[in-house]
Amino acid sequence: MADNAAASVASPALDVAVAAEDRIAVATQWQLIWWRFRKHKLAVGGTVVLIAFYVVALFADFFAYVDPTESEAQRSLMAPQDIHWFDEGAFRPYVHPLKGTRDPKTFKRVYVPDTTAKVPVKFFGHGDPYLFLGFIPADRHLIAVEGAKASETLFLLGTDTHGRDLWSRLMYATRTSMTIGLVSVALSLVLGVILGGVSGYFGGTVDTVIQRVIEILRSIPTIPLWMGLAAALPSDWSVVQMYFAITIIISLIGWTELARVVRGRFISLKQEDFVMAAELVGCSKARIIFRHMVPSFVSHIIAATTLAIPAIIISETSLSFLGLGLRPPAISWGVLLQDAQNIQALVISPWLLYPAVAVIIAVLAFNFMGDGIRDAADPYL
Amino acid sequence: MVAYIVRRLVLAVMTVWAISVLSFLIIHLPPGDYVTSYIASMSASGSAVSADEAQALREQLGLDKPIHVQYAKWMGLILQGNFGMAMEWGRPVADVIGDRLMLTMVISVAAIVFTWGLALPIGIYSAVKPYSIADYAFTLIGFIGLAIPGFLLALVVMYIGFAYFGANVGGLFSPDFAEAPWSPAKLWDLTKHLPIPAIVLGVAGTAQLIRIMRSNLLDELRKPYVMTARARGLSEYRTIMRYPVRVALNPFISTIGYLLPYVVSGSIIVSLVLSLPTVGPLLLKALIAQDMFLAGTIILLLGVMTVIGTFLSDLLLMWVDPRIRLGRDGR
Repeated sequence: MADNAAASVASPALDVAVAAEDRIAVATQWQLIWWRFRKHKLAVGGTVVLIAFYVVALFADFFAYVDPTESEAQRSLMAPQDIHWFDEGAFRPYVHPLKGTRDPKTFKRVYVPDTTAKVPVKFFGHGDPYLFLGFIPADRHLIAVEGAKASETLFLLGTDTHGRDLWSRLMYATRTSMTIGLVSVALSLVLGVILGGVSGYFGGTVDTVIQRVIEILRSIPTIPLWMGLAAALPSDWSVVQMYFAITIIISLIGWTELARVVRGRFISLKQEDFVMAAELVGCSKARIIFRHMVPSFVSHIIAATTLAIPAIIISETSLSFLGLGLRPPAISWGVLLQDAQNIQALVISPWLLYPAVAVIIAVLAFNFMGDGIRDAADPYL
Repeated sequence: MVAYIVRRLVLAVMTVWAISVLSFLIIHLPPGDYVTSYIASMSASGSAVSADEAQALREQLGLDKPIHVQYAKWMGLILQGNFGMAMEWGRPVADVIGDRLMLTMVISVAAIVFTWGLALPIGIYSAVKPYSIADYAFTLIGFIGLAIPGFLLALVVMYIGFAYFGANVGGLFSPDFAEAPWSPAKLWDLTKHLPIPAIVLGVAGTAQLIRIMRSNLLDELRKPYVMTARARGLSEYRTIMRYPVRVALNPFISTIGYLLPYVVSGSIIVSLVLSLPTVGPLLLKALIAQDMFLAGTIILLLGVMTVIGTFLSDLLLMWVDPRIRLGRDGR
């Protein structure tokens, strides 16, 4: 698929000095992959973005500045707020407090900034207490306000219909959506590697049966099936139970592509001389597979895995968007986007669509990184 | 050739069977059945359902029998063309689904036509002029097309239509035609409404196909026979279209087998956003009302339609690819 990218990246630069050639000769496989990967600018960019996303996921409570579930009807559907970065020529960010009133004609809530008052905004300031990493009590947040409650004054991305702060919700949603991709792909990987490996290594009837199962699964439209399975889950399940149920449902159908890749590698490696040699010296099957074959295609599995994650993220977002995946009080990108379902509401408050930007960036970053890893792992594929 | 058709046919039948079992499982997975949710909705509106009434309802619907008997009964009815009653609607399932299922397929096919119509020329262009500005632009658009889930694209299209043109771009018919019986005028109305859903649904697939076509054709163009053709003075157009494009087209066509389930799948959720009268909104409603009978039937029929479509595309592939026609299965 990414032959174009491969062509532009794979050829080791011709102007490499002789010393560097020596370096290549003794480099390990992983070093070679890393050197090639480094040259793929888009892939490196994608990786940096993903690291940032996972940092947010890990420290969501630090990046958020208020409780994402705290609702207040008096603050519903506020527009994203302007931050004034400079105060009288010096770098002292502040915001104006907002006052909500009702428009006497349309009865719509409107918010007017009180330009006489300034609330200073501080980075790494004190705010609501939380448990850092789940066990260290802390109250520092990336963004905080001085002399006022953040929940009453700071609205970086506006608020939703229930008056909950969208920025803080987005931080927690990132945690849910980015980890659901990881957990689900881990499950798919286990299924894919076992079934694909068995299929590719043993061949014969087992192979035929597994291949037919994969073909059948791939010719079924997945979203209706997911919807059916997700709707069949008991509605009184807790957030955590739903989370794992959804990951299992998504990975049950998502393993086929990984199995296909693993099988393909097994079949091509089985004919290599070193496998034959290992067989001749009497290595056990397990040793041949895990000691000799697996190390030479781990990189391909990593690439296929990376490329499988965006599809999972989109699946979860779609299901939750329909109201069949994660349900409130869970917070994920899809759950946030549920508010954007009503097109009239969206026209009045377009900021409800911001979580979509996060989805698109994450999916793009995964695609770029996956392409880069695949090209680096095997430029001749 | 016969062996190929038989193999595909057997696979199609097995797929249909697998889909029927999965649909049936979905019908029976939830802890309650239709009667429990019926009781819940009745008591929510203030009227109670007695235990006797509930039992009678269960017997009437055959919900008191063991599960394999219910499956056999269900399959038997379906094979006779009787899809049972959509309980909430109080009408036969076939009535409720009929038109909507057809429209789902119409939209999906339109999306695939759009996908091919766009991916083919762009793919050829990108391969003939690789690393040109247009090639990079298409690659970028393709990447973004892949990254935006269909329903988000639908939302954005709706938003733009609403905010900047003040028009509702959703739906498949003008209000005048929505309930009208089929007529040439209604068909024309449908044709006018079709492009937006087709484009929204087709974008992701187009992005993928452009990449496949581009890399296939790039590989072909490097081969010596192309140089020979050029050396012999064939016009550039003939050099490219006559052989390399035709060779590169084969893997392209074989992707339709996976494209169709993908597009049908996407149409469900895009229909909800664009409020298209397909089975999508119906399926969601049925699932939320726990009318699993209707939902299961929709999933089954969608699956079967997809399998039929895939089978037809296999026949098409056979017609195009002589390797398969002559009995050497290239795949």
